[in-house]
Amino acid sequence: MLTNILQYLEATAARLPDKIAFSDGCDSLTFAELQKAAKSIGSRLAARGFRREPVMIMMDRHPNVLSAFFGVVYAGCFYVPVDTEMPELRLRTTFNSLAPRIIISDRSNYQKAARLGQAEVLLFDGMRGFPPDEKLLSQIRENQIDTDPIYIVFTSGSTGVPKGVAACHRSVIDYTESFCEALGLSEDCVFGNQTPLHFDAPLKEIMTTIKYGATTYLIPKKLFLFPVPLVEHLNEHKINTICWVVSALCTISALGALDIARPRYLKKIAFGSEVFPVKQFNIWRDALPDAEFYNLYGPTECTGMSCWYKVEGRVPEGGTIPIGRPFRNTRIMLIDENGKEAAPGEPGEIYIAGTCVTLGYYNNPGKTDEAFVQNPLNRSYREIVYKTGDIARLNERGELVFISRRDSQIKHMGHRIELGEIEAAADSHERVARSCCLYDSENKKIVMYYTGEAGQGELLAYLKDYLPRYMLPAVIKKLDSLPLTPNGKLDRQALKKLYKDSENEGTHKNLK
Amino acid sequence: MKALIKILNELHPEVNFEAETALVDGGILDSLDIVTLITEINQEYDVSIPAQEITPENFNSVGAIMRLIKKIDEA
Repeated sequence: MLTNILQYLEATAARLPDKIAFSDGCDSLTFAELQKAAKSIGSRLAARGFRREPVMIMMDRHPNVLSAFFGVVYAGCFYVPVDTEMPELRLRTTFNSLAPRIIISDRSNYQKAARLGQAEVLLFDGMRGFPPDEKLLSQIRENQIDTDPIYIVFTSGSTGVPKGVAACHRSVIDYTESFCEALGLSEDCVFGNQTPLHFDAPLKEIMTTIKYGATTYLIPKKLFLFPVPLVEHLNEHKINTICWVVSALCTISALGALDIARPRYLKKIAFGSEVFPVKQFNIWRDALPDAEFYNLYGPTECTGMSCWYKVEGRVPEGGTIPIGRPFRNTRIMLIDENGKEAAPGEPGEIYIAGTCVTLGYYNNPGKTDEAFVQNPLNRSYREIVYKTGDIARLNERGELVFISRRDSQIKHMGHRIELGEIEAAADSHERVARSCCLYDSENKKIVMYYTGEAGQGELLAYLKDYLPRYMLPAVIKKLDSLPLTPNGKLDRQALKKLYKDSENEGTHKNLK
Repeated sequence: MKALIKILNELHPEVNFEAETALVDGGILDSLDIVTLITEINQEYDVSIPAQEITPENFNSVGAIMRLIKKIDEA
């Protein structure tokens, strides 16, 4: 019975010990090396007495990160990877909501990790040679159950505090099995990973790799600036499968790289998190007519992706790519404003049911109860489903089509962002009275309006200490007063109009 | 060159672009910037930077970017 993700790794390491599991193009780990390092790290953590608790991972993108992840699981703990480029203030907020006793770091992040607070910091290099304690590890395994958490990943929170989503073995196994089946993945997959390792997104490559004995290349972040070298990198490593955010794919197509360099081995291209501009999609389709393209949709709260759609042929100009159907063993419900199932073709909020629903937000029962709720269509027994806040409808073929968000969560450059978190950061500036953010989806810009004494440059510099790069407003405008509705609430529609008008006048560029 | 610095400053107001020579190596420009930067250069200088010229060497400093624009403009 499959109850633990380490069973994937162990079966594969026995079958294909010398095959490369993870590589960054310079350093590689075979399955045997990965398993050995993971057991060492697990033994070291277990020997120090850490059990069923969060282990923060502060390491730069490298195959060793995977050894740390699986090592933490061997110890019966759960890994919490964080973005090492995150401003320290936001990192501290994350740290505080987690309250870990232990951090694993690499050398370059050691000082930063040590500054975070009351936690022991262990160097990865000092752990990986620790002699594995097979007896202790098997004791831990016997006590693990499949509802134990494996990881916590943090996602933007509307009140300014990131939320940590905890997922267990069972939901990750469910996701891995259904995802692999839908996309027809196998041992032959050579993945080129783009998504940062501190999110749930790379589970697609990580779990498929250990399940089948596939190989994943962690593509260096810098290559995503340079489309032609990026395509050459794909060819050099014979990468045949990619699961990227739309903006990474668009960089290649929009800058004309596909005209001069062709990803020769690419067979499967999965994308998601954002709407794929039709023109860019068709450039990809024309360049790789025989490749399979998949649109994926799903929130972190339901482990990874929940829906998939295989795109056949080109997409007509003005058309949209559906998010399709749920993976096997996942159920999607569209619920209208009255808590009833939306009529066919009518919009409704997406509720997701199934084993994929995660354990909720760590150390945050309030937020968990708001989003992980009793199935509104079931009054008879306990059935917790996830309320996504995404509005969709079914098209005439019964496929789901995404319409919009119910709140002010946005998708920007592949990142899920609560505009409220940006506003909360600005409002914490002592000379900002009030702020409000908009998203200009056409030009992909976060726009901030605010009132107060603070200067615009000063405010931006301040925000940089709190927010990651992708959350910083591209336009910051100061107003004498923010428009209010008759009830005294912030009038976002009026602000949107104000922004649009100023855009048309071409006077919006005030960061000069 | 002024126009280029203006474009860059809109992306990163805190950077002194006239002095900076490690825009790529120092991690100042990232993948979020590159499409915007190229699109705006193409518009501002009425050029079309070909994909094969988008390399770390050509984008590490304002001087390098200006040389690239000039080269394309004269070609």
